[in-house]
Amino acid sequence: MSVKISVKGEVVTAYLGGELDHHSAREMREAIDTAVELNIPTLLIMDFSQVSFMDSSGIGLVMGRFRNLQRTGAALHVTGTSPQITKVMKLAGIGRLAKMDLGGFEIENDK
Amino acid sequence: MKTINKFTMTMESCSANEYFARAAVAAFVTQLDPTLEELNDIKTAVSEAVTNCIVHAYKNSIGKIYITVEIFPDNLIKIKIRDKGCGIPDVEKAMEPLYTTVGGERAGLGFAVMQSFTDHISVRSVIGKGTTVTLNKKLELRVKCNA
Ligand SMILES: Nc1ncnc2c1ncn2[C@@H]1O[C@H](COP(=O)(O)OP(=O)(O)OP(=O)(O)O)[C@@H](O)[C@H]1O
Ligand SMILES: [Mg+2]
Repeated sequence: MSVKISVKGEVVTAYLGGELDHHSAREMREAIDTAVELNIPTLLIMDFSQVSFMDSSGIGLVMGRFRNLQRTGAALHVTGTSPQITKVMKLAGIGRLAKMDLGGFEIENDK
Repeated sequence: MKTINKFTMTMESCSANEYFARAAVAAFVTQLDPTLEELNDIKTAVSEAVTNCIVHAYKNSIGKIYITVEIFPDNLIKIKIRDKGCGIPDVEKAMEPLYTTVGGERAGLGFAVMQSFTDHISVRSVIGKGTTVTLNKKLELRVKCNA
């Protein structure tokens, strides 16, 4: 499990790696939330390209970040999801749950 | 039905074991030569059931998780995940998508994932005694290619 944060202007990117489950989600969550609080981005990118496995804990991670970003109206993009991760995300109906557009998981906020 | 092979393990409900549990079940099932997608489905469903034991059944304590995997003829796999935790008051309600008793970081989708990633799920639970989740999955029989 790993998480690397990069900040470029108003964009925070979280590069996640390894297997994302209830055990590993906590560290990822803390790293992302700290970076978001510090930088108040207009866009958060969660890059899953190095994540080899994810269960519903990953949905909780994405949904939780989405809720937090709604305070400032920032957008959330989820990128690099493998077929296994895409399958879990689709099941969660990410597009239906919140104002999320499933095409490549570009999750935009209203404002 | 005749059991062809069987594997049992018991472990503590530490979150570090979530990875171990799904990896161990996947390694056992590999003898049936599953597709990558089938293997991922099984790993994901097992991860959900085991995580529920850790997060819900033994909320503020550590208890034992019992896992049994049985292989039957025609590539039928039966996975049993049992805890002796708090039990579920209303199983039907608990299985509804988005239902969770822990707000915040949990999506309430564990049972929905188990349901759609396997062929059959049954849940037996007694309050104060524990919960048993049984997952069935039949692997596709693949045409052998001799070329
Ligand atoms: N083994 C268990 N023992 C006691 N209660 C359980 C058990 N498994 C599930 N539950 C109850 O059923 C509810 C729904 O479980 P489910 O896995 O669908 O969602 P969740 O665990 O709350 O969230 P998620 O799995 O998306 O992280 C849980 O919130 C919990 O109250
Ligand atoms: Mg769950």
